[in-house]
Amino acid sequence: MHARIRSLALVAIAISAVTTTACKKKPVVVPAPAPVVTPINQDSIDAADRARREAAEKARLAAEEAARRAAAEKLAAEIAAARAAFTVPVYFDYDKSDIRDDQKATLEAKLPIFQANPDMRIRVAGHTDNRGSDEYNLALGQRRAAEVKQYLIARGIAEGRIDVVSFGEERPAVAQDNEDAWAKNRRDEFEIIAGANPFKLPTK
Amino acid sequence: MALCLRPLPGVAQDTIPTGVRVGLTYDPSTRPGVFVTAVAGENGDSVRAILARDLDFGDRVNVISAEAGTPPAGRFNYELYTKLGASAIVQAAVTPQGSLHVAVHDVAAKRVLNVGDFAFNGSMPLSAGWRLAVHRASDEVERWITSTRGIAATRIAFVRDQRLWMVDSDGANLVPVGVGGTALSPAWHPTGRYLAYTQLADDGLNVAVRDLQSGQARRMPRMGSSNFTPAFSPDGGTLVYSAGDDGTDLYAVAAFGSGERPRRVTFGRGTPTSSPTFSPDGRKIAYISGRLGHPEVYITDADGTNSELLTEAPSGDRPYRSDPDWSPDGRAVAFTSQEGPNLQVMIISIRDRRIRQLTGDARNENPSWAPDARHVVFTSTRSGAKQLWVLDTESGRARQLTRGAGVARQAAWSPRMEQP
Repeated sequence: MHARIRSLALVAIAISAVTTTACKKKPVVVPAPAPVVTPINQDSIDAADRARREAAEKARLAAEEAARRAAAEKLAAEIAAARAAFTVPVYFDYDKSDIRDDQKATLEAKLPIFQANPDMRIRVAGHTDNRGSDEYNLALGQRRAAEVKQYLIARGIAEGRIDVVSFGEERPAVAQDNEDAWAKNRRDEFEIIAGANPFKLPTK
Repeated sequence: MALCLRPLPGVAQDTIPTGVRVGLTYDPSTRPGVFVTAVAGENGDSVRAILARDLDFGDRVNVISAEAGTPPAGRFNYELYTKLGASAIVQAAVTPQGSLHVAVHDVAAKRVLNVGDFAFNGSMPLSAGWRLAVHRASDEVERWITSTRGIAATRIAFVRDQRLWMVDSDGANLVPVGVGGTALSPAWHPTGRYLAYTQLADDGLNVAVRDLQSGQARRMPRMGSSNFTPAFSPDGGTLVYSAGDDGTDLYAVAAFGSGERPRRVTFGRGTPTSSPTFSPDGRKIAYISGRLGHPEVYITDADGTNSELLTEAPSGDRPYRSDPDWSPDGRAVAFTSQEGPNLQVMIISIRDRRIRQLTGDARNENPSWAPDARHVVFTSTRSGAKQLWVLDTESGRARQLTRGAGVARQAAWSPRMEQP
């Protein structure tokens, strides 16, 4: 510490010595005809420099902003994709409420989103096609929603996070009468009702 | 006018001994011909049209009606009516006192069989209350002639575009019930004063009971998120509906209680259950259960014991039976069955479990019995979009009840109405 102060002091003395000698050597001269433009030139150079710097800074900021925006857009797209993945319906066979093997991947894909958003609560809505009894379809839709709830509970999701509701055949996804429409209408829909704002992406 | 009315009370007093049951004697396999004469008094033409149509829709008599004519005066030429094929004559007049006076003549006996006076109670001519008075007269006339009361003074509640509507038994007086939001599965209280129904909301299904006189509605206790398909007990004191979170079961609760917890009736162990209907003695309930993996109609004692499969006879290539409705005489349950590509309306006898198919043309479903235990109203696609049709289960005669835009379904036939 002391050594450091001492060396700084030495540097200071050396500098003052140099400046003193420089002053002494300076000859007295008649001032040259006023180079009126020189300071202006200097200013314009400075201005140009400044402009360049500012432009560079602006470009840097713009690039940063673009990067930020791109990142935000990417995140938003990822969130939208994750939300979309979360709301992918699960489909059922005619007059059945058990979960088809080919639908299990759809349910599995929802689990990381539950884990990333521990406060998230959802509603599972069971729907049917319009071929059977209107009234029994309310009961069948209820069973379909309950079946998915049981699956999610078995995969570790707390029971209290999942509400179920049935709409029977009253809210078809496709309001037509053919095999394709019926297949699309026999479904559970997923709706986030609380605790996912902000929505957090699952860690990869 | 006074001349037209004169024969009615005078003859009636002479020919009807008090306390003695009178009626036409006729072969029940052939319908008696009934001549409806021109009706005297204000709106007489409308009265005659309604009387004649009600008797026709009752499917127990053959209505003979002159195209035009003047109200009969003086003594009836009974021989002339015999030649027209009439066993009975319905003679009516709108009185200046604001009632409908009706006399029924027994043509063979050449005398007045019965008379009655039906008050309009000050209701505007051709209004719902006025029409109801005429319908009640028709129902009494049918009772005088056939000893079975008619079903004209009834209404049918139903669902059109997920809203509740009501229409008179003859298709007139179509009005919305006035329930806000989506409502399904209407069910009548035995007095005709209340309607129970299912409300469909974003957070689930709820059962509500609406007082049709005051317009007040009460939401019934929830057991889980899905509460639907209510039915009143025949004494009107209990409401049973399907409810649950993991599968559904039937629950019973005091219909006009103060928030008591519903009592569980069925134990379906996580299977779907819906659509209860009481036997007329209130001791049993028929309902749909999916406990076999597909819907079938079951019967249980009202306390939940002795549950058994009702529709066990195999029929159709895909077993699917639903929408039971117990007949008011207790003898049969009407239901819907999958037959080939379509649903059809069937009835099953409680005594011997024999099944009879009532429909075969297009898709037909969700039957509801009229109070006469003879007619059913149901949903049919035979005219295109779903509409309500009325079928006489004896003769097989069908008539279209609703028309117009939208899909009509889930009909519930009311008890006989005293109030409009």
